[in-house]
Amino acid sequence: MTEKPNDLDTVPTQDGLILEEPIEKARHPFMEAWDMFRRNHAALVALMILVLIILGAVFGPSLYGRDPFDMVWAPFTPPGQNTDFLFGTDYLGRDLLAMIISGARVSIIIGLAAAFVSVFIGVTIGALAGYYRGWVEEVLMRFTEFFQVLPTLLFSMVIVALFGASLPMITFAIGIVSWTAVARITRAEFLRIRELEYVTASRASGARDLKLIFSVILPNALPPIIVQSALMVGSAILFEAGLSFLGLTDPNVVSWGQIIGSNRTYFLDASYTVTLPGVAIFVTILCISLVGDGLNDALNPKLRSR
Amino acid sequence: MNFLRVTITRLAYAALLLVAVLILNFTLMHLAPGDVADTIAQSAGGIDAEALEQIRREYGLDQPFIVQLGSYVGRMLQFDLGYSFFYSQPVTDLILDRLPATLLLVIAAQVLALVVGVVFGVISARKPNGIFSHFVTLASLIGYSAPVFWTGLLMLVMFSLILPWFPVAGMRDVTIENGNIFIHTVDVARHLVLPMVTLASIFVALYSRLSRASMIEVLGSDYVRTAKAKGLQTNQVVYKHALKNAISPVITLAGLQLSAVVSGAVLVEAVFSWPGLGSLAFQSIIARDTPTILGILFFSSLVVIVGNQLTDLALRLVDPRVGSKK
Repeated sequence: MTEKPNDLDTVPTQDGLILEEPIEKARHPFMEAWDMFRRNHAALVALMILVLIILGAVFGPSLYGRDPFDMVWAPFTPPGQNTDFLFGTDYLGRDLLAMIISGARVSIIIGLAAAFVSVFIGVTIGALAGYYRGWVEEVLMRFTEFFQVLPTLLFSMVIVALFGASLPMITFAIGIVSWTAVARITRAEFLRIRELEYVTASRASGARDLKLIFSVILPNALPPIIVQSALMVGSAILFEAGLSFLGLTDPNVVSWGQIIGSNRTYFLDASYTVTLPGVAIFVTILCISLVGDGLNDALNPKLRSR
Repeated sequence: MNFLRVTITRLAYAALLLVAVLILNFTLMHLAPGDVADTIAQSAGGIDAEALEQIRREYGLDQPFIVQLGSYVGRMLQFDLGYSFFYSQPVTDLILDRLPATLLLVIAAQVLALVVGVVFGVISARKPNGIFSHFVTLASLIGYSAPVFWTGLLMLVMFSLILPWFPVAGMRDVTIENGNIFIHTVDVARHLVLPMVTLASIFVALYSRLSRASMIEVLGSDYVRTAKAKGLQTNQVVYKHALKNAISPVITLAGLQLSAVVSGAVLVEAVFSWPGLGSLAFQSIIARDTPTILGILFFSSLVVIVGNQLTDLALRLVDPRVGSKK
């Protein structure tokens, strides 16, 4: 908290007493969190890079204007040889920069959507288990454990292979395997918070279960869920990259993993076709992890000393 | 006695999980467009509708869902996973053929990640603000953020192409014909290095982070202070007294990560053409070979379940309080 220059506390009153420091106006919790976040410089820089990447994904394709599927130049033109193709061309002579820009859009959209699906499932299951306890908790946590046993990537490979590689199906396949961590965290928070006095108070004043779950407990359980959700976006992007690297992707769109997968056969001769899209994934995930760390600092100040 | 009872309960639970995986498998197969009869028809180059019905009756596909499910689970529990029309081989043989390679890769990578992770974590916990501690934080961020298949490809460029130290692909050198067991072991080990390091790179990050945090916590506890006050040497306190308690959460995490390790192995195997379940899965998905795909899902879940049981056992051995709580 920043000290503001304040003359009041040194001004003697008529009784000769010194006035206590005036109570600072309660600040919006969001501002406090932002202050904490700002102190983590790495997270701040990462956030700025991330904003640039997202802006690039949104506006890049129309600004750059080259179709990522067009074969525009000789295949395997390395970066730097032709200024028209900054990142060079791939094995079909497509502009690698256009592909990476266009891939950003798909990778980020799938990352966000899949993270949304898994957070939705995870919060629902975790909240119900933590709130109702008893047999509900038993059943739901067994269900969660069951999903933890399935090797995530293989399970989504199976779903995509059996039901088709459309973008919604890929999103669903990633979301359905990644919610277990969210469920565990949510449940732990609910177990803790449901015993607190203000929850007992609102229950005593007649609040119903749904109200208690969604407007009393959930808002207070949010901080660790938000941190986890941020990290989920990163792991969903990685996951999508893995699937499309294996060729389990919608053939009508370009994504980062798919660029690597399709150029993989030639990487010993033209390693930049693999390296460059990989750097795009790497930087994005790195930034998301750093922002996640920053969020953790901002939302759980108690953990800061660790 | 208590130990035995807990073990039996856990085993029964593991068996239930396995049956649940089977039910899921069957449901997926049932929901997916096309069935075995279609596959046979396809591999035979198309047959008429009457023959198709004949096949459906033979395979019991005209039975109600629950009957089919029962016979499916029964067959699976006898490890009869069906027949792969793509490989013209029973799926069980196919998988048992590939399983050792995957187990070798997964276990080697998991052990490497645990050892390196814990050592990194402990060293950086002793000086939480030292240079090494920052290095570990940075290295774990990098390891976590890089897609594993990309790390693998970069490793290949670096250590097979630029520095030709390790072979590019596979598990054995086919040119070695009549070597003794020693030569073969060295050969497999040389092939294993890059895939193992690649797969471990993701998990080193997780383990070192957690063991650092857990070690810092334990080092601040009263009994460690007592041990130091008794005049024990610092190394003895750290490695004998503190580590024993600090390592439990790391083992728990390692157990939870098993399914992720198996998943990572799929990608790593695809990169290094490692002849395990992962590359089999990759090939059979391209070939739309449903029995094989589902068989692999079943077997890899089995690997995770068995691994979880072992983790559980390890935890109970390290920390006797764990089993008795429930």
